[in-house]
Amino acid sequence: MKRTPSQKAPAGTMKRVLLALKPYRLLILCSVLCSAATVALTLYIPVLVGRAIDRILGPDAVDFRGVGTLLLEIGVLAGLTALVQWLVSVINNRVCFRVVRDIRDRAFGHLQRLPLSWLDRQSVGGLVSQIITDVDQFADGLLLGFTQLFTGLVTILGTLGFMLSIKPLIAGIVIVLTPLSFVVARFIASHTHSYFLEQSKIRGRQTAYVDELLGSQKVVKAFCREERSLADFDEINRRLEKSSLKAIFYSSLTNPCTRFVNSVVYAAVVLTGALLCVSTAGSAGAFTVGSLSALLAYANQYTKPFNEISGVVTEFQNALACAGRIFELMDQPTESPDPIKTPAGDGSPVPPSTGERPHFCHSERSEESVPFASAEGSWEKREGLATAADADCHDRSADRSRNDRIGTPAPNIRGEVCLDSVSFSYDKENPLIENLSFTARPGQRIAIVGPTGCGKTTLINLLMRFYDVDGGAIRVDGRDIREMTRSQLRAGYGMVLQETWLRSGTIRENLTLGKPDATDAQVEAACRAAHAHSFIRLLPQGYDTVIGEDGGMLSQGQKQLLCIARVMLCLPPMLILDEATSSIDTRTELKIQNAFAKMMRGRTSFIVAHRLSTIREADVILVMKEGRVIEIGNHESLLEQGGFYSKLYNSQFAL
Amino acid sequence: MSELFSHLKAYRKECVLGPLLKLAEAALELFVPMIVASVIDRGIGLGDRGYILRMSLVLVALGLLGLIFSVTAQYFSARAAVGFVTRLRHALYAHIQGFPYATLDRIGIPTLITRMSSDMNQVQTGLNLTLRLLLRSPFVVFGAMIMAFTIDSTAALWFVAAIPLLALVVFGVMLLTMPMYRGVQEQLDRVLGTTRENLNGVRVLRAFRKEAAEQQRFEEQNRLLTALQQRVGRVSALMNPVTYVIVNLAVVALIRTGALRVNAGLLTQGAVVALYNYMSQILVELIKLANLIINVTKSLACAKRIQSVLEIQDREQITEGLPGGDPALRVELDRVSLRYPGAAGDALESVSLRAEAGQLIGVIGGTGSGKSSLVNLIPRFYEATEGRVLVDGVDVRGMDPRVLRRKIAVVPQKATLFQGSIRENLLWGEEEASDELLTRAVQAAQAEEVVAAKGGLEGEIEQFGRNLSGGQRQRLTIARALVRQPEILILDDSSSALDFATDAALRKALGQLPQRPTIFLVSQRTTAVRGADQILVLEEGRVAGQGTHEELLESCPVYREIHQSQFRKEAAQ
Repeated sequence: MKRTPSQKAPAGTMKRVLLALKPYRLLILCSVLCSAATVALTLYIPVLVGRAIDRILGPDAVDFRGVGTLLLEIGVLAGLTALVQWLVSVINNRVCFRVVRDIRDRAFGHLQRLPLSWLDRQSVGGLVSQIITDVDQFADGLLLGFTQLFTGLVTILGTLGFMLSIKPLIAGIVIVLTPLSFVVARFIASHTHSYFLEQSKIRGRQTAYVDELLGSQKVVKAFCREERSLADFDEINRRLEKSSLKAIFYSSLTNPCTRFVNSVVYAAVVLTGALLCVSTAGSAGAFTVGSLSALLAYANQYTKPFNEISGVVTEFQNALACAGRIFELMDQPTESPDPIKTPAGDGSPVPPSTGERPHFCHSERSEESVPFASAEGSWEKREGLATAADADCHDRSADRSRNDRIGTPAPNIRGEVCLDSVSFSYDKENPLIENLSFTARPGQRIAIVGPTGCGKTTLINLLMRFYDVDGGAIRVDGRDIREMTRSQLRAGYGMVLQETWLRSGTIRENLTLGKPDATDAQVEAACRAAHAHSFIRLLPQGYDTVIGEDGGMLSQGQKQLLCIARVMLCLPPMLILDEATSSIDTRTELKIQNAFAKMMRGRTSFIVAHRLSTIREADVILVMKEGRVIEIGNHESLLEQGGFYSKLYNSQFAL
Repeated sequence: MSELFSHLKAYRKECVLGPLLKLAEAALELFVPMIVASVIDRGIGLGDRGYILRMSLVLVALGLLGLIFSVTAQYFSARAAVGFVTRLRHALYAHIQGFPYATLDRIGIPTLITRMSSDMNQVQTGLNLTLRLLLRSPFVVFGAMIMAFTIDSTAALWFVAAIPLLALVVFGVMLLTMPMYRGVQEQLDRVLGTTRENLNGVRVLRAFRKEAAEQQRFEEQNRLLTALQQRVGRVSALMNPVTYVIVNLAVVALIRTGALRVNAGLLTQGAVVALYNYMSQILVELIKLANLIINVTKSLACAKRIQSVLEIQDREQITEGLPGGDPALRVELDRVSLRYPGAAGDALESVSLRAEAGQLIGVIGGTGSGKSSLVNLIPRFYEATEGRVLVDGVDVRGMDPRVLRRKIAVVPQKATLFQGSIRENLLWGEEEASDELLTRAVQAAQAEEVVAAKGGLEGEIEQFGRNLSGGQRQRLTIARALVRQPEILILDDSSSALDFATDAALRKALGQLPQRPTIFLVSQRTTAVRGADQILVLEEGRVAGQGTHEELLESCPVYREIHQSQFRKEAAQ
């Protein structure tokens, strides 16, 4: 994204905000009509009051009956106005919060489709700040815009009519001069927009910092870095203070400035009106003092909404800056789409296709050239929310039905995995995996060993298709994995990573992540097999104990046991175990070996491990170094070779 | 809340001047009708064109003066609001720095992050608006009432009746919505948590193909948030219409009273017009106030959430006069038990240990046996529920935790690095460390190739060290600890991602550290601890054996079992 958001964001963003409003056009129309009614009523009540006062002329000259009826009318109309007013607020609230909900849903949905190659480069805090804080600010601006913009506009039109009916000349002066306040407001807004952007950026930076440092607060404390952490925070804090002060102060200039323009307008009306009174005095079409005071009152009424609107404009600028950042997120190209036609055997509902199934031959496959994911953004391409939401619905129901069948291994995957001269690198300068080829036959156990940083974890990224290969192909059962849907492919794999991740929720919810419909007995059986049952039983609420996102009181090893149980519950035809037992003690590991062995029987398994006891059982051992397979074979043959592997193996007894 | 607002003190000048200038501006506005009146009476009445021109210019001048007042006021209020929140953010961040581990566990990090960000923003907006507008409304409302009394004290009684009623509505809505806004903020917390969690667990979630389920989960949370927002919106939207009705009923009453009194000759028609105008002015102000109140209510709800964190006074207490121990021992654990708050059982039960300077202490045991809990007691990350922990013969509860922690370097189980250069990360160990020291630490930690791969000490590390593999991160966190040149070095199972060759080389290097620290080596492998001077075998929080490798093989069945689980097959080779 090379475009500078400060220049392009407002116009394009505005269009997209309007697009987001489209599904609610009926409600908005309703709100506009009700606003118009409110304004008409609020302008009419003073007229009634005036009439009532006209009936109170002096001592013994009061028309009590007339006054009484008018007062009754005022009371009834006031009640009616209040009711409509409340209705307008409720409608506006509804529209505004729903639009914001839609945008959040879409932003989050987009996040689910963004490639890991992009996500891995983002800060979690920054993204969270976009979806939470920015959207929130946008909501505030939008609501304010709604509540004040329409009533303002209607008031302007209403008073304009009254003024024209009194004296077109003076009305003309007012009409010509008042837009000055718009000019002033625009001038200020266009100059403060960059301040808001800067503020929003620094705020994002601060959120990211807080996220990173507070997220690792325990490390900070362990190294007595509290003061330093605070000092660095303060540095960003000070920058934010400066930038916020600028943004807030300069934008708050709008209101006083437009008010000044209004007082000039007011003075002009006084001047011309009074002069007109003097020069036409005594003539037939005399301009009276009464007309002047009425005009002045309306001039005041007329200019007031301009103030409010320009106040809203600044708030809206801020909101647009925030919306711009969200749209920027939603403009990020998504993963290359899954092939549309799913081969027989999968049977999942297919989202409606709009064209030919894209055939991914090598040269077309770069992320930039993917259909639906141009830099313009899928958002606009889909013509607003209504249709997009429909399309989403299809997508989702398809996804859900696929999800429902998680747990039953995809029957059509035998588990032959073939890497055909695969090359890959995270960045162009440092080639990592080059021309890597090997085939894993169904049911084989493939151990991947090698020094850290040799590309083991990268290989897993490629097998799971978290990243796409740069060259060559990976085939499962002879089919290029890019011709399968990601869901089909991943349904075939069970994965346990060294970095345990558990979600906040109960132990049970975590265990059934891959198989939501598992029975209690199945869950318990999996846990017994993974030797997790005994410690779960001792937790305060057993399987229903709630753990936090970081696993709370569980040790790293216990978390790993849970992750293993999680996979044991679904048993897909292929397994990826990336240092899956690194934090589990060997005694427990030995005990779960049986379960592991049973689990791996008949399943193609990729095992990254440094424990040679795990490795020696493997059918094939790939010894990797610097992205290349340097040795291949089984334990015995590799030891005989006396190469890198045997050196590695013997080092276990070095100390 | 007083503690929170004490941070406003530095902005006392701005907080007084801002609203005062706003009042001055409002007062200027009151002159305008008088000037217009004189234009009508003198200018038009006497046909004095010069006077009309002069007075028009006076109007412009008043506007200009108002502009200057209000711009200054805006500046003061923006400065106070931004400055106050900057200080508050600093105070909260600093406050969190003092929380012990247990407190961080209890509150949870994500909610602290919301409080640092979106709650703070809301407080800033609220304060800014308050300073700009809050004084103005009561000023105009009470000013109008006083003016009404100067006209006719009987009719003015309607003002006296209406104003408390209006106040009741305004404050009633405020009180009613405040807890609702807090509910909204809490739900926002949950939406934030869901988003964070999704991003952190993206690999696992995609591996389990949970994208759609995650979307559903998020949408549910989001829907709940929207529902809460709409509910509070409906209530707070009551304020404007209800006050409108009250004011208009007051107008009706006023005109009725006016009619009676005019009829009796006690009041003029013009006076009724004036009274009506003052009542209208109140209405205009109330509409402004209603918008303000919503914002202020929200801000107060957020301020309360910030305050509630500031009120948590958990601090590591330093207790004077605790009995000492043997100063010759570097670390002594004396029948120590630990139970985490809310846990069902003890994590450690009556564990004793005596470590001399320079010794290598191995801690071994099964998953969840309490190894990490044990070493976490030494830097006083957690406090023993029973028994004593002594470092250099002094009870850790009697030491300044920072002094204590400077003696110790920890390599945590989870290898966490921070955004910045490798050098910056290593300097966490010791800020003044020389390059030579850094290089030696990197060598000892077997991290030379990691540093080289990233282009030397200036090589950039991304947030959370994402651009490094698990093993690379572990080696750098070990180097970071070695830079500290500690008296006590704690390695909490921190070589789990290293291959055997690297691990062996690392252990060798650790044994040759020039300053000879006491090393606590937590591991699950007997190979790692076999060279230790003393090995502590833990089993479900209790000591199952203590001694050297050979002694334990002899006497401790648990240790023997662990050892055999790792060596049986290899030994058969």
